[in-house]
Amino acid sequence: MPGKFDIHVLFNHWDRFAEGFIHTIEASVLALIGSFVLGVIIAVMRISPIRVLNVIGTVYVEFIRNIPLLLVVFFFFLGIPSLGLPLDGFTSGTLGLMVYTASFIAEAIRAGIQSVPAGQTEAARATGLSYIQTMLHIVLPQAIKIVLPAIGNQFINLVKNSSILAVVTGMDLMYYADLINSDTFLPLTVYTIVAVFYLVLTLPLSFAVHYMERRFRSADR
Amino acid sequence: MKKPLRWSVAFVLLAMCLVFTACGGSKSEPTAATGGGSTDTTASGNKDEGGDTAAKGGTLEAIKARGKLIAGVKYDTKLFGLKDPTSGKVEGFDIDIAKALAKKILGDETKIELKEVTSKTRIPLLQNGDIDLIVATMTITEERKQQVDFSDVYFKAGQSLLVKKGSAIQGLEDLKKGVKVLTVKGSTSAKNIREKAPDATVLEFENYQDAFTALKAGQGEALTTDNAILLGMQKQDPNYVLVGGTFTDEPYGIAIKKGDAEFVKTVNDLLKEMKDSGEYDKLYEQWMGVKPE
Amino acid sequence: MDFIGAYSLPNVKFLLEGFLVTIEVAVLSIVFSFVLGTVLGTLRYAKIPVLSRIVAAIVDIIRNLPLLLIIFFMYIVLPQLGIKMSPFWATVVGLTLFEGAMISEIVRGGLNSVDRGQIEAARSSGLSYMQTLRHIILPQALRRMVPPLVSQFISLLKDTSLAVIISLPELMHNVQILQGHSPNYVIPALIFAAALYFIVNYILSIIARRLEAKTL
Repeated sequence: MPGKFDIHVLFNHWDRFAEGFIHTIEASVLALIGSFVLGVIIAVMRISPIRVLNVIGTVYVEFIRNIPLLLVVFFFFLGIPSLGLPLDGFTSGTLGLMVYTASFIAEAIRAGIQSVPAGQTEAARATGLSYIQTMLHIVLPQAIKIVLPAIGNQFINLVKNSSILAVVTGMDLMYYADLINSDTFLPLTVYTIVAVFYLVLTLPLSFAVHYMERRFRSADR
Repeated sequence: MKKPLRWSVAFVLLAMCLVFTACGGSKSEPTAATGGGSTDTTASGNKDEGGDTAAKGGTLEAIKARGKLIAGVKYDTKLFGLKDPTSGKVEGFDIDIAKALAKKILGDETKIELKEVTSKTRIPLLQNGDIDLIVATMTITEERKQQVDFSDVYFKAGQSLLVKKGSAIQGLEDLKKGVKVLTVKGSTSAKNIREKAPDATVLEFENYQDAFTALKAGQGEALTTDNAILLGMQKQDPNYVLVGGTFTDEPYGIAIKKGDAEFVKTVNDLLKEMKDSGEYDKLYEQWMGVKPE
Repeated sequence: MDFIGAYSLPNVKFLLEGFLVTIEVAVLSIVFSFVLGTVLGTLRYAKIPVLSRIVAAIVDIIRNLPLLLIIFFMYIVLPQLGIKMSPFWATVVGLTLFEGAMISEIVRGGLNSVDRGQIEAARSSGLSYMQTLRHIILPQALRRMVPPLVSQFISLLKDTSLAVIISLPELMHNVQILQGHSPNYVIPALIFAAALYFIVNYILSIIARRLEAKTL
């Protein structure tokens, strides 16, 4: 009976579940690092006084956050190969995740930096602190309170969004789930186990971010 | 508070209108499915389609009772199952085989409903009873035989070679040392070509289109993968042709719910009929451009 | 890249048909998820013993699952338990559940943001809990919820694309089919699709800004 739940599936196919789980984590972490780096660059461009950079940064953010993740991933998975450069599922999925998430992280960083009252920056510079010192000791510590939880949330989103790899055969948890399902004919079991695997990653992260947010808020009072 | 309230009322009314068009639209099915799933049909309801091909009746009974055959097919694969944006119809070799089956079982080839499947959804949909059979470029493998029953082979796919017209390479034996063969990373084609032409250099690409682009760019002398895919490329660019026949066996079969031996026999009998009458050859040539081997 | 071929009239029509399905699914899901989200969020806010905890647990679990998994589950697993759904309705239900859970958190946040003092004043001037909720808390909370709500609706519209995996004939699915016809259609088709999503979402965010300005 296919509707039955059979926990043995977990044990019999542990290696496949594990492989998928690891790839999911890999994709999420790689995308997080990549999108953080890219996000910082774009955030800097957005607050830069140089007009060109400003425009590029703004266009990037406004454009990317209004289109679906799948569209970005398809660009890497279907679009780029059509121009002659082959890309596999895992790579195009991870690149897509990176480009997409970077726009949100860029906004979070910008919001964080701009949340620090300009008066503080001016005062800091007036008392002789260099630009870097101002950034390090005045702006960033306060910006972190907004930026860090936002990045935490984006990481949670990345873990969930990594399931997009399923659409482009990216060897992740959903992909292996499909293989196991084809073998066992027990979709309820297989996909419930998959759900638990995802929760194992996202729930703790969720609590951690929540905790972080509360600590930062109470620190202000 | 009044403004937002008026907006929400308007919104709900709009949504209700759309619900009704969605429910209504699915009954008449011109080109694209507005309300339903990807169904392409002449007489389709749609929401809880599929009926129950339960073990009690067997698929054949269910089809006759329902009055139509529901076939799981591809909508995005050239030559086998590809939706045409212009006509809204799904066309291909697989579709025509399915239609021929409908004609033989129910007497009318229009008594068929096509449901789009992906490699992820096809077996679950078959197992759920949402579709009667899968005819979607599905290779018969021992592994898959454990979850579904297969009909006889309806398309002898196999690995073959694609070369530029007039090329000196006419078969496996011409893949000597120094010859570059292009293929897809990690595919069975890659593995096989290394075994069968050990002297040649093998370059692996991420997908078929890239390999084809590379072939056209002169990065290699031959491309090897499923002949079905190569035929599609040949159609795309007639400067490139298949040579050497197939040197592996990747047979496509029609997948049927496991345990339904009666229906498997029915399908096999019908396939044989088509082959004997010449109908199969005609269809094959119509789509592949060459006669079946 | 073949722009001419990709933008032939039938192809463009085909993409627009896909977008129509996208919009239909999105509008239905927005309405349903908004209702569901408001109910769940209010339940959790009201701190009803046992019930609120259960709602909290369910919401937290759904929120933290991938939407793709939820949609796939609706279409493939539920039929095993007897509930069959077409790709259209599986997507709507999946979206409603997931986005509903998200919205319930927004609603809860909005309700929480209403100043305690107001509630106390209302209660002490004789209003019942329900009356306080309806006339004091909700109106103010709703105003504050507009930006994150619209943001969520924008996400919802984009998330309809995940239904590609169950063959829902929406916009991205139709882009895939064009790719089946020729790989040279891909980038032009993606650009067209991006433009469609962008226009709708941008308009939504402008409406949000106007609403926010008006109701403050």
